[in-house]
Amino acid sequence: MPKPQPVTLFIQCLVDGLYPEVAEAVVQVFKKLNIDVDYPLDQTCCGQPAFNAGYRQEAKTAARHFIEIFEKSHAIVCPSGSCVSMVRRHYEELFAKEPRWQARADAVAAKTYELTEYLVDVLGVTDLGARYDGTVTYHDSCHLLRVIGVQQQPRQLIRYVKNTQFVEMPDSDQCCGFGGSFAFKYGDISTAMVAEKVKNIQTSGADTVVGCDMGCLMNIQGYINRNNLPIKTLHIAQLLSG
Amino acid sequence: MVLINTEKYIAEAKEAMKDSNLQKALSSFQHRIGPATAATYQKLPEGPELRLKAHDMRMRAIENLDVLLEVLADNIHRRGGRVFFAATAKEAVDYCLQVAHQHRVKKIVKGKSMVTEEIGFNEALIAAGIEVTETDLGEYIIQLAREHPSHIIAPAIHKTRKDIGRLFADKLGIPYTDDPPTLTQAARKALRAKFMAADMGVSGCNLACAETGHITTVSNEGNIRMSTTLPPIHVAFMGMERVVASLEEHDILFRLLARGAAAQNMAGYVSYVGGPATSDQSDGPQEFHLIIIDNGRSRILADVEFREMLCCIRCAACLNVCPVYGKIGGHAYGFAYSGPVGAVVTPLLVGINRAKDLCQGETLCGACQDACPVNIDIPRMLLALRAKLADGDKDWNVVRNSLAEKVAFQFWAWVISKRARYDRFLQLGYLAQKWMPGADGMISRLPLALHGWTRSRDIKSVAKASFKKRWQNRQS
Ligand code: SF4
Repeated sequence: MPKPQPVTLFIQCLVDGLYPEVAEAVVQVFKKLNIDVDYPLDQTCCGQPAFNAGYRQEAKTAARHFIEIFEKSHAIVCPSGSCVSMVRRHYEELFAKEPRWQARADAVAAKTYELTEYLVDVLGVTDLGARYDGTVTYHDSCHLLRVIGVQQQPRQLIRYVKNTQFVEMPDSDQCCGFGGSFAFKYGDISTAMVAEKVKNIQTSGADTVVGCDMGCLMNIQGYINRNNLPIKTLHIAQLLSG
Repeated sequence: MVLINTEKYIAEAKEAMKDSNLQKALSSFQHRIGPATAATYQKLPEGPELRLKAHDMRMRAIENLDVLLEVLADNIHRRGGRVFFAATAKEAVDYCLQVAHQHRVKKIVKGKSMVTEEIGFNEALIAAGIEVTETDLGEYIIQLAREHPSHIIAPAIHKTRKDIGRLFADKLGIPYTDDPPTLTQAARKALRAKFMAADMGVSGCNLACAETGHITTVSNEGNIRMSTTLPPIHVAFMGMERVVASLEEHDILFRLLARGAAAQNMAGYVSYVGGPATSDQSDGPQEFHLIIIDNGRSRILADVEFREMLCCIRCAACLNVCPVYGKIGGHAYGFAYSGPVGAVVTPLLVGINRAKDLCQGETLCGACQDACPVNIDIPRMLLALRAKLADGDKDWNVVRNSLAEKVAFQFWAWVISKRARYDRFLQLGYLAQKWMPGADGMISRLPLALHGWTRSRDIKSVAKASFKKRWQNRQS
């Protein structure tokens, strides 16, 4: 079998700065598959925080930076549905009045993938030979589910993990209340939402909640930690690299 | 006077979240109807893609609004109905007042209508000495309690049956009970008398059809039909966007409306009204007036970014799945329209600055669009509104929300456009957090405005070495 094409990692700012172990797990996953990864050192942020807050000029600066760095890559893989949806859906809109940039944005968007999407849909891999002792439930992050349309891929991957029991939580597709700056500016509403999410996780009987977006997981983890609950939060890459 | 309370979003939301009855009611309502609506879309004979087709139909109608409204009006004129185009809320209310005065109207019965909430109809007519009675059970309860609806379809969702029992005992003079059938009977009895005595009936309009020249009203209690056929005059209010071209399109949208609103294939009572009763008809009003309301809609129509919002058929399906609405209920939105539809429409109607919390206080989760029977891209428009707030906008008279925030994002853009700068900034964050309380890599209190997060949650701290550093170490 020919060696699969190498992938270029886009490690979103949140993971790069706060959860570097998640990015290391992604590297580990590709290592298992014998796929070469490269990591352009100049990368920073896709621009989503600015875009969601309405600062489009500033988001454009980030988008141009992203495009310049990644347009030469064969396939760009990112462990976040939210950042990928930024690149795929919103870059085009950002450059609506700049056709040259828009064309470059479209070209990059077409080869940017979320991690589980790339594993299952592009590589056709579901069994990574991982092992994890625990009962796992899965939280659907909003943009991954509704913009990228990824729902079954992470579940398939989790089901193949040895020693893991997979259980669904009620309303797994309901927003956790993160929403970027929403969680800071509208902290009370956000808290009510994450409280419900955590209650649903508890109802499932899981000891571990897995997701594909660190934004959501950071929110869930923050609430769990404050309330001393015996639930672990893991990015799916961490589960699959084990 | 139209009541606009959009500035109180955060405070009202907080109140609502403290109300455990409301929380229970919202949760059970959303769990019941949200999934049920999604299931009815799946069971459409044309398949769930019909939503996309319906979106196109609505867009086409919006783009040809001038022609469609003219055809609608002509057809209604031909049958002896009258049509009035009202540019503002005041014009709409004044026209109705004038009709009422002409006929010495003392008592009005009214079917549920959001657009009349929008224009402050009840307040204006009551101020003119006319009795206005809401006849939808939920609206009737709200009116007795002197409140405003908190949901487009289920206006009294925030009230328990005990609340209603107490209210009826107080206002209708019946012995206290919380038995729903007994309460419903009491309302029915009280309302019968109002129906019989009314000299004008007022309704909204769920959809209008240009080709046939009729408006459609929908209810599950039969009250709208009664309000519009018993009294000698029927005045209907419609937002100017609520028209479709042909009966065929009307049929499709109307089926989607029933699914979006109540997960039904068809509402209990559907009436097509095309004019006053003809001489050979024994039932129906002698006069029919249709008031077509602009009240800011032309401005929405003129803006390609927001035009799509006029596709809305006010079914409330988006409310029934919105996780934010599910926590804060309808009153926090401070205007006639709540939930995701309100988060876009209200700022456009009342002013983007004064309703800024409505479009910012959402997570952009996208559940609304999936639930919408006409697939309106609400998240896109929330983002567009935020862009106006971020940088100000002349066309919409928006002043920049916060200069400090703008500067912060400019600084951010400068930082992230060069990795070396970004690395230094990360390092700074790593050092700064040493002064913040916390344990085991989690911070328990962030400074200043960021404490909005840590009031209820911890947050992960910045790692000693970023992934980039770790990658470089690994390579060397
Ligand atoms: S936006 Fe869509 S779902 Fe919401 S009220 Fe309007 S038509 Fe219904």
